[in-house]
Amino acid sequence: MLRLEPRASHSVLAAWLSPLVALVMTVITGTVIFIAMGKDPAATLYIYFLQPLVSASGLSEVAVKAGPLVLIATGLSFGFRAGVWNIGAEGQYILGAIVGGGLAVFFHDSTNALLLPSMLALGIVGGMIWAAIPALLKTRFNANEILVSLMLVYIAELLLVYLVHGPWRNPQGWGFPGTRTFPDAAVLPVFFAQHRLHWGLILALATPFLAWFLVAKTRFGFRVRLFGSAPLAARHAGVRSTRMIWMTLLIGGGLAGLAGVIEASGTIGQLMPNISPGYGFTAIIVAFLGRLHPLGILLAGVVIAVTYIGGENAQIVAGLPKAVTGLFQGVILFYLLAFDLVTRYRLVFRRERGPEHA
Amino acid sequence: MLDLIIPSMMTMMTAATPLIFAATGELVCEKSGVLNLGVEGMMLVGAVFGFIGATVTGDAYVGFLIGGFSGIMASLIFAVLTLLLVSNQVATGLALTIFGTGLSALVGADYVGETIDRIRPLYVPNAADGPNVIQLFLGHDPVVYLGVLVLLACAGFLSRSRWGMILRAVGDSDVSAHAIGYPVIRIRFAAVAFGGLMAGLGGAYLSLAYTPLWAENMSAGRGWIALALVVFASWRPIRVLFGAVLFGGITIVQLNAQAIGLGIPGAVMSMLPYLATIVVLVLISSNATRIRLNAPACLAQPFRPER
Repeated sequence: MLRLEPRASHSVLAAWLSPLVALVMTVITGTVIFIAMGKDPAATLYIYFLQPLVSASGLSEVAVKAGPLVLIATGLSFGFRAGVWNIGAEGQYILGAIVGGGLAVFFHDSTNALLLPSMLALGIVGGMIWAAIPALLKTRFNANEILVSLMLVYIAELLLVYLVHGPWRNPQGWGFPGTRTFPDAAVLPVFFAQHRLHWGLILALATPFLAWFLVAKTRFGFRVRLFGSAPLAARHAGVRSTRMIWMTLLIGGGLAGLAGVIEASGTIGQLMPNISPGYGFTAIIVAFLGRLHPLGILLAGVVIAVTYIGGENAQIVAGLPKAVTGLFQGVILFYLLAFDLVTRYRLVFRRERGPEHA
Repeated sequence: MLDLIIPSMMTMMTAATPLIFAATGELVCEKSGVLNLGVEGMMLVGAVFGFIGATVTGDAYVGFLIGGFSGIMASLIFAVLTLLLVSNQVATGLALTIFGTGLSALVGADYVGETIDRIRPLYVPNAADGPNVIQLFLGHDPVVYLGVLVLLACAGFLSRSRWGMILRAVGDSDVSAHAIGYPVIRIRFAAVAFGGLMAGLGGAYLSLAYTPLWAENMSAGRGWIALALVVFASWRPIRVLFGAVLFGGITIVQLNAQAIGLGIPGAVMSMLPYLATIVVLVLISSNATRIRLNAPACLAQPFRPER
């Protein structure tokens, strides 16, 4: 009979294999779903997982989608490591877009070269402000950060809807909800004229390396890891939980806000109601799939971005509802959590003890 | 005046009902020591399968039951992962919500815009007479009464019954309960499944009675508000009733303010329930002793019997 024996220490090999196993299992599950929906599984799987990677425009789109995911997930990984559950990154992302993008709305005829950097900085500030609310309420009033940060997502969404329908609506927009398109000085330049890939990519690529340095090489990173894995030991070592909660939430919020303003400036070029296809929530999956490791997150961000683009392609080509993508993302996380078992336990096949031993 | 008050009070109860279901289920689940953050996902699953069930069978009550059943199914995924495979409850609950949102949007895609024969109130006065007081007591649909009944039954079960006591013991000290010989994992499975059933029913109520149609993400955060209600109620069922009605009331304020036209934009008014949730959480949680006294001691702690 199959038994679980706790491992003395977490298996590193198993920890890195389980995301791969989870991906393979998700593809298998996807095949079953496609067959159930009456689609040709091979063709649909190709559209979903490979087609985004075989053309330059596909690759560009994957990078455009991976950027915000990687930025947000990197920020979230600090909190998740420390056991601070910020699940409101979606709201922090929107606030970053509002606060940073708002600058471009106010100075819509500016050509000042300082506009773009100021927007990026304000985007970070916007995300941080939104994350500071759960931090304050958690440290000061003991309010659950999961629920507070999540409620703030809905409030941020409604705030954006209000702004782009009301005071910030483009006066020349024929009533469509959305702000003026940003001036050139407020737009992150693209690399190639025919693709949407923009300079935001550089930030998204650099951040995980910076984060890796922070986690692996600094005292702060050590404290975050200690606080998450052994809170009592951390307290005796002088790590203040208030400070940890504030720091991890601010990092998460700041990077989510940065992702939001980058998306508004680089990918969209204005503010409009649906500036996010759920990046803030999907980034949670990216963070776990990347094992909360900055470089793992970089890889995981690309993988999840492929499913986004694949989902869009499948919608156009194969008439699959876009929701399949969300379903896949949930399934990946389920499998990942399930296979995580083997990082903590050893599977042992052993005969049931006979009655003579009892 | 009655013309205004009675319909408002009626809507207050119908707005409270999905929350009563979902929060009562989650409360029982948390009392057993399991934190399931997948309520929102389970509600959506219940809403979509309930709606499809009603469309296919033509009977809203059959749909309601199917919604509850699908909630159980969704919760069992969570139960297997967290209880048998000892996965992190917070992460698994989030996964369940993401999964439920995706699944419901996928299977519901063909049903957007469909209409059904909704769950109807027991008693409707003649339109000519206008609303009357009898309506307040008899004018709801059966599900509203069912929700209150189940909540009261849970209150009695948890505080007075033997199995209710055992369930709380499991939530307060899984190791001791296991040592005495209670089947901790099995009891938690049952509690999680009950939470799934209730979330599924609450979701089905949304798509079959509250707004009888299916729309993507139609629960709009009610699952999360239900989670907050459990904290608000400090894990006491009767207080869940108050909390849910309070939130129903906030919904009414929001709708009426929009109808009267106070000059406050709709989007800003729609923030009210979410803002209220935050305020309520802050007020309740700031009393840390109260939370510590009432919260199940083993909430969200993984448990694996070694022998």
